[in-house]
Amino acid sequence: MMRIPLSALIGLTVTAFFFALAVFAPLVAPYGIGEIVGDVWEPMSAQHWLGTDNIGRDLLTRMIYGARTTIFIASAATLLSFTLGTSLALAAVVLGGWVDMALSRFVDLIMTIPTLIFALVVLSVMPASILILIVLMGLLDTTRVYRLARAVAVDINVMDYVEAARLRGEGTRWIVLREILPNALSPLVAELGLRFIFMVLFVSTLSFLGLGITPPETDWGAIVKENKEGLVYGIPAALAPAVAIATLAISVNLVADWVLNRTASLKGGRNA
Amino acid sequence: MPTHLILLVIQRFALGVLLLLASSVLIFAGTQILPGDVAQAVLGQAATPEAIANLREEMGLNEPAVSRYLSWLLGALQGDFGTALTNGADIGSAIAKRLSNTLFLAFWAALVSVPLAILLGLIAVRFRNRWPDRLISAVSLATISVPEFVIGYLFMFFVAVKLRWVPSVSMLNDSMSLGQKLQSIALPVIVLTFVVLAHMMRMTRATILNVMEAPYIETAELKGLSRFAVISRHALPNAVAPIVNVVMLNLAYLVVGVVVVEVIFVYPGMGQYLVDHVAKRDIPVVQAAGLIFASVYILLNMTADIIGIVANPRLRHPK
Repeated sequence: MMRIPLSALIGLTVTAFFFALAVFAPLVAPYGIGEIVGDVWEPMSAQHWLGTDNIGRDLLTRMIYGARTTIFIASAATLLSFTLGTSLALAAVVLGGWVDMALSRFVDLIMTIPTLIFALVVLSVMPASILILIVLMGLLDTTRVYRLARAVAVDINVMDYVEAARLRGEGTRWIVLREILPNALSPLVAELGLRFIFMVLFVSTLSFLGLGITPPETDWGAIVKENKEGLVYGIPAALAPAVAIATLAISVNLVADWVLNRTASLKGGRNA
Repeated sequence: MPTHLILLVIQRFALGVLLLLASSVLIFAGTQILPGDVAQAVLGQAATPEAIANLREEMGLNEPAVSRYLSWLLGALQGDFGTALTNGADIGSAIAKRLSNTLFLAFWAALVSVPLAILLGLIAVRFRNRWPDRLISAVSLATISVPEFVIGYLFMFFVAVKLRWVPSVSMLNDSMSLGQKLQSIALPVIVLTFVVLAHMMRMTRATILNVMEAPYIETAELKGLSRFAVISRHALPNAVAPIVNVVMLNLAYLVVGVVVVEVIFVYPGMGQYLVDHVAKRDIPVVQAAGLIFASVYILLNMTADIIGIVANPRLRHPK
């Protein structure tokens, strides 16, 4: 059995904690999501562990529901970009020729425009519902997954065992699902964590700019936006979601680093 | 410069122009061809059909998309971006002022972050795998994992509000002297520096390590050259292109990071302008600002590649 290093263990525990909060939000949150329970920006107390927000709602409750939205959107968008990016990349590699050419050049083109700018342009005409945010973020990030998956799959596609499978007459379906995909999976899984963090940062940034999640829903970026005026008077409420985003991002990073090192050592890489 | 090099540069330049054109198509398509009616989006769900029809007429939406695109692009090339829907102001002159503010901010951020990143990268390589390297790596990993606005507000809270060293909001106007302006943008510059420093430093470190491990460096060391000669004659010429590349890519990154930082510090620049008008669904402004951001990004990437071609010693001697 492989021993899990301490850093990865901490990362796993914290990440699991945040996901549990997200899933069981209505059960663990002490108050209702929109319930006004006190004065504006009350300090931390026994009743309100993190104090209250800009209109007197319990900040801890807001944070827990915010975790739910942030993590749900980020997970769904990551899932979309991964499925789509990997499928397109495998199709490009196996089919080759003009399919590969057309897909790759199209991805290059999309990537010439910075992701945030592209998202802003699209959000100027589309309403920012949760579904549209997921699809938009997922599609924009598909380009990055595609590039990575294609690079990995191109390497595997010329391996002897893939050649052997072709020579013994296996169909394309077998080649993709049984030969290429299982071998491409481990570097992709390591990347999964990084993409997830990127999604968390992305949706938080959009909400912070006021172009993502809008009331009555909330997410961490929106909580920063709601409470940012308090900072000038020395009220740190806006820093709570900021700290949460940073903690989640660093934890997932720790796990991703460990997975990356593990796959590198499995393949006899230098990072072992 | 040998002719084949000139040819390579011209090729890359042509590609850049092509990409610019293609990105303008994408931005136009993104706002005009997507499902959902632009006029409807501008006026909201409650608008009467007559109002929508009027606005469609006014925006020229009844023309075919291709001719609308061409007239938009020709106007943009001459600096004419039309007028804003929300207040009827001329977009071109509004942008000129804000673009110069943004470039002012980005220039100072670049001036601080580029030398600092290269210096830190060199230190990390020099003390590789010892504590300075590990410390720099840990801090840079932490800053990469944190969104720009978090870094921004942490600085604002502790430096501007608690310590009161600098103002928390970055005003800028023509009557200010350079010193006053610099004091006003100190905090956003620090935040932007933080945002790009980590990326730039990590890439510098990887690039120099990559060069230092090359066989020709070992050969140079083995034939008894001094440390200085190894670095200046062999390592540096090969590292210049990748480092310039890193710097350019990060300047491109800075251009995007500026959007969020401007919103945090209420700085009157392009980013703030773009975000405001996305919220107001002012599509002509969004198109114009989006096109300018994309162009700067593409131009910086192109410059990086061209410098890479020119500075690469291997390309100087054709086989």
